[in-house]
Amino acid sequence: MTDALLAGELPLPPRPDYLRHGSTIRSWLATTDHKRIAILYAVTITVFFFMGGAAITAVRLELFQPNGWLLTSDTYNKLFSFHGIIMVWFFLVPSIPNTFGNFLLPLMIGAPDVAFPRLNLFSWYLTIAAGAFTVYALVAGGVDTGWTFYTPYSSMFSNTHVFAAAAGVFVVGFASISTGVNFIATTHMLRAPGMTWFRLPLFVWAIYATSLIMVLATPVLAISLLLVIAERVLGLPIFDPARGGDPILFQHLFWFYSHPAVYIMVLPAMGVVSEIIPCFARRRIFGYDFMVYAMLAIAGIGFFVWGHHMFVSGQSALASLVFSFLSFIIAVPSAIKVFNWTASLYRGQISFESPMLYALGFVGLFTTGGLSGLFLASIPIDIHVTDTYFVVAHFHYIMVGGSVSAFFAGLHFWWPKVTGRLYPERWAKFAAILMYAGFNMTFLPQFFAGYLGMPRRYHTYPAEFQIYNVMSSAGAAVLALAYLLPLGYLTWSLFYGGKAARNPWSATGLEWTTSSPPPPKNFDRQPRVDRAPYDYHAEGVSAGTAPPEMQNARETR
Amino acid sequence: MTDESALLREPWIDFGRQLEAGKFGIWVFLASETLFFGALLLTYTVCRIEHPDAFAAAGRETNVWYGTINTAVLLTSSLTMAVAAQAAKESARLRRVVLAGLMITAMLGLAFIVIKGFEYKEDLDKHLVPGAGFALPQPGAQLFYGFYWLVTGVHAIHLSIGIALVSRLIWVLYRRELPAKDNPEIEVTALYWHLVDIVWIFLYPLIYLPGRAS
Repeated sequence: MTDALLAGELPLPPRPDYLRHGSTIRSWLATTDHKRIAILYAVTITVFFFMGGAAITAVRLELFQPNGWLLTSDTYNKLFSFHGIIMVWFFLVPSIPNTFGNFLLPLMIGAPDVAFPRLNLFSWYLTIAAGAFTVYALVAGGVDTGWTFYTPYSSMFSNTHVFAAAAGVFVVGFASISTGVNFIATTHMLRAPGMTWFRLPLFVWAIYATSLIMVLATPVLAISLLLVIAERVLGLPIFDPARGGDPILFQHLFWFYSHPAVYIMVLPAMGVVSEIIPCFARRRIFGYDFMVYAMLAIAGIGFFVWGHHMFVSGQSALASLVFSFLSFIIAVPSAIKVFNWTASLYRGQISFESPMLYALGFVGLFTTGGLSGLFLASIPIDIHVTDTYFVVAHFHYIMVGGSVSAFFAGLHFWWPKVTGRLYPERWAKFAAILMYAGFNMTFLPQFFAGYLGMPRRYHTYPAEFQIYNVMSSAGAAVLALAYLLPLGYLTWSLFYGGKAARNPWSATGLEWTTSSPPPPKNFDRQPRVDRAPYDYHAEGVSAGTAPPEMQNARETR
Repeated sequence: MTDESALLREPWIDFGRQLEAGKFGIWVFLASETLFFGALLLTYTVCRIEHPDAFAAAGRETNVWYGTINTAVLLTSSLTMAVAAQAAKESARLRRVVLAGLMITAMLGLAFIVIKGFEYKEDLDKHLVPGAGFALPQPGAQLFYGFYWLVTGVHAIHLSIGIALVSRLIWVLYRRELPAKDNPEIEVTALYWHLVDIVWIFLYPLIYLPGRAS
């Protein structure tokens, strides 16, 4: 209320925020409020995250010893498959879009809700149904195809629960598509007066680009899994070479989705980091227009690089050459983004609160992951390291080092807005540093093991690789602790944390102009926008020298 | 105005904007559907390039009469759907035209599925199901029928969803729970119906015409 008085507005009568607007179970499970749906998603993906984490904990324990001391080969295969399926489709794909995207997209564009609120809730129920299928596949005995469901193993030979797992991924795809449709329509149709396309925060652009990929790539995944299911259940011969079918066709269809899906997982992370770095450097983002074009370029070119997963699958040399070239091309917009984040720090007033620590960690780890991707894009090196731990390390640097770091960055940055509570900053900083250290301890050794030839997906290995696996497993223990810490102190803050003001970070952006937590319809008055985002200082000058809390452009002008 | 206030939904404050958003949303969804069927058509293309003769032989086994009649039925249903959608835009007095158009559309959709059922029966009698005891010797012919069963099945599921949506509209409009004039759901359902129709226009030549030209 004091904020409102400062801005020369009349105080409004008190009204409950979205968390206290209704407290029955029904008011949560039948809600169409995008903020509550975001909370439902957050709870759901947290459960999936720890399920996938538990599976990989067993895998890392097994790999302590080269002789397969703990698990049978079958159990090992099922555990890493479950880890992959859960982490890709039930954590990473929905993580940032469905939690922060749902919560923040309407707030950031000054809208009361998403365009189709009931569709939004339906999408959550689809996710739950899909999760039930997948968890059933585990409980009933597991699935051992790996997350990629490669044919003909998945369609003809595996006698595990491929049907249930594939059906789960098929259904969660529809959740993905409906969320994508919703976000695209929201961005087009519900922007506040004055919120032009080039005044959108980069997080909104990231969610928009991600939604485009969700809508256009996911149906192809649905078809490839439908074909696997049809082949298993109805005996259709599409992927059966003995009856004239083509198993490689599955890989083309699968990677046509699953390579763009990498960008579904990392573009939202880029959006989160693009919000946090300007705030804690008190700088405008460097090269806003190019950040936008780079994201759209990544979304577009991402559709034309899938063949780099198939350099050793027997595709023609010409096709491999073209896909290799395009894979190098897509590194350009990614590099533009890394350079622009770095340039945004230049002459900034940088402070190292926990969201900033996670965000800077993202930039470093994403860069490492991206550069190792260039190794893999060049055919001779890829042929050497295909299906080794080098690949495992590469994509974990992008997805865990990149996306999960950014998820935690966003979680801390927007926690006061979402819950209205402040978390213990010292614990948060400790967890951020621990996570960075634990991550590198886990995955850096895997680059070496992979380069020396250790193949992925084996649970026994030559003794010479044990040193790398022990390092990796020890790092995983640190990483697990770093993931459990926020669960503890953030839960603690829900009950004992200090009350958050509407803008604790002195950040720009419409989500910080409403109360924490926001009211059910987000804004008491229709917001109007008359300036570009990241308005941390006057255009053309460097950040001021006053302490950050004095510098909020919105307040001081 | 009263019609519009009955149709206005959260979070919209302007009905014109809501209508526009509904249409925009369904177009985005149809783009997604295009990729869904596109992936199936790609599968067909790859297999047909690998086995041109087998696909010609298999195509000759389909019953072109069922296919042609069904094409006519589905195209007519799109016409009646379009009439209903245009009438809903035009005037509140055309409510009966809207209802009649929707009813004929739903019935033609059902007719398509019934005819398809007869065709499936004949295919089963001719042992055109991939697997042991398949009627044709060429291995590629099994691929053709694998595609045939899958894509016509997926299309029939889409059509059934369309029939359910149209039936729901009829129910709601008949009981006057919502006005027909400018009802966004009519336009959105119509766009979906037309997509299912257009998909069939692609499927007809791919399924029924291979091997029949010479």
